[in-house]
Amino acid sequence: MLIAVSLAFAVPIIFMLLTALMTDQQALSPKLWPHPFVWSNFITVFKSVDLARYTWNTFLYAGLTTVGVVVSCVPVAYAFSRMRWRGRGLVFVLVLSTLMLPVQVTTVPLYVVWARYLPAWTGINFIGTLKPLIIPSFFGDAFSIFLLRQFFMTIPDELCDSVRVDGGGDWQILWRVVIPLSKPAIAAIALFQFIWSWNDFYGPLVYLGENPSAQTLSLALANFRGMHHVQWNLTMAATLIFMIPVVVIFFLAQRVFIEGVTLTGVKG
Amino acid sequence: MLLFLSPWIVGFALFTLYPMVLSFYWSFTRYNMISAPQWIGLDNFKFMFGLGTIDGIHKADPYFWQSVRNTAWIIVVGVPLRIVFAMLTAMLLTRPKRGVHTYRTMFFMPSMAPKVAAALVFVYLLNPTTGPVNQLLNMIPGVTAPLWFYDPSWSRPALVILGLWGIGDAIVIYLAGLLNCPRELYEAIAIEGANAWQRFRNVTLPLITPVIFFTLVMGVIDGFQYFDQAYVAGNVSSGQSVVLGSPQGSLLFYGVWLYTQAFRYFHMGYASAMAWVLFIATMAATAVLLLTSKRWVYYGGGQQ
Repeated sequence: MLIAVSLAFAVPIIFMLLTALMTDQQALSPKLWPHPFVWSNFITVFKSVDLARYTWNTFLYAGLTTVGVVVSCVPVAYAFSRMRWRGRGLVFVLVLSTLMLPVQVTTVPLYVVWARYLPAWTGINFIGTLKPLIIPSFFGDAFSIFLLRQFFMTIPDELCDSVRVDGGGDWQILWRVVIPLSKPAIAAIALFQFIWSWNDFYGPLVYLGENPSAQTLSLALANFRGMHHVQWNLTMAATLIFMIPVVVIFFLAQRVFIEGVTLTGVKG
Repeated sequence: MLLFLSPWIVGFALFTLYPMVLSFYWSFTRYNMISAPQWIGLDNFKFMFGLGTIDGIHKADPYFWQSVRNTAWIIVVGVPLRIVFAMLTAMLLTRPKRGVHTYRTMFFMPSMAPKVAAALVFVYLLNPTTGPVNQLLNMIPGVTAPLWFYDPSWSRPALVILGLWGIGDAIVIYLAGLLNCPRELYEAIAIEGANAWQRFRNVTLPLITPVIFFTLVMGVIDGFQYFDQAYVAGNVSSGQSVVLGSPQGSLLFYGVWLYTQAFRYFHMGYASAMAWVLFIATMAATAVLLLTSKRWVYYGGGQQ
């Protein structure tokens, strides 16, 4: 039973791989096994569209937002877990409640801000660039703050107190105790953010749509079929290239993901 | 303290609060990004619900209720199916002594796959003539294989199947919940001669109600904003990027219609109104679930 179910989960991937290796005609025929194997599809697809550029754009988006989220969320989560101040609980509820806010409520006006208000004020063009996607990540992310805070709470007080006894302040505690002990949690938010940005479709669709050279892989792939009407072999090859980093990261850091999902799920 | 918090304070003010105030104001205006917002009171909302008109052209938004119905369908059908399948698969995973990690990997990985990629793969797999699924179905005598993304009555079921492929994250959460159930309870009820169903009904189910509740709330919140898969599947199967929600509007979900209003027609006032209705509906649904949860969610010992 379990084997049957797990095979059902594997079937889409297997067909994707097989189709990516077929000729154009085979992909549309009832044949399931490629003959001959067209490994060159993976090269053809780079020539027929600017896949290298899309990959680089996606990498920039995912990489920079990951840096942004880690740099901004670690101190914020510290303030919500290791510092005592009035209203902390209430403000934290505010952080969590933003998780429930539909993206459209902010995306519609933010688009106008990036497209009209900011260019009029600064003279810089933002639409058709990755800037509107990357800049906000340097100002905290509710989910990452939540996950880090849950982890920071578990650090024993004695360890932080020992730094205080030596005359260290909050920055020393953060650097010498909290960050070294929280590497798994920081890795988890970094990986979650990287994959989230890598996969993101809505943001690129809204902000990059009009500039082909700024497109990310998700956006390019969604338009791919329109340009190459029935070339399923190339579409599947491109889709595989799109998924490879996700799969590689997943296998390298499987435990981090599963623990992260479990932590947010069971404790949430 | 303020220094540590400052990234969030600035981010919240600039990227959450300020846009919320803007879109709240715009929801009472007509605004096309070219001329300044023009106050029209409740007209956007009247037009949305079919109670009034904007510009005297259309009596009501012709697609609003269709998008609401489609979205309700995907939530009412999709979310319970996800919960049941994730729970059953997780229960299967508690049995084997070996290979749990391999299975867990196989189940979890598709949930990490980009939604755009998943949608593309399923449009291919479910292609009515050349897709492997229908080739298999056509071999069974007496079965007429559905046209899936080319048939308005099968396009949403196809999206549900696509969604089930990505339930790996829920499976992992259920598995953790199931492994948390204390052994003593099963032993105690086994002594009383309970069968498998009674063990599930009286021990397992109550103990994992918090997990069911969590996946239900998250599923409903995500369902309200359902977009990526519908947009990609609709575009790719129709072969055009202008026809949204094809075939025949069956994939016109609330999020898709809102996107069209905002970023195709640049009706920013109307789109803001739609976004606020979505926000209020999300909060209302979450509040209702929270209120009912007191009756059926069991927060006993052993849970955090």
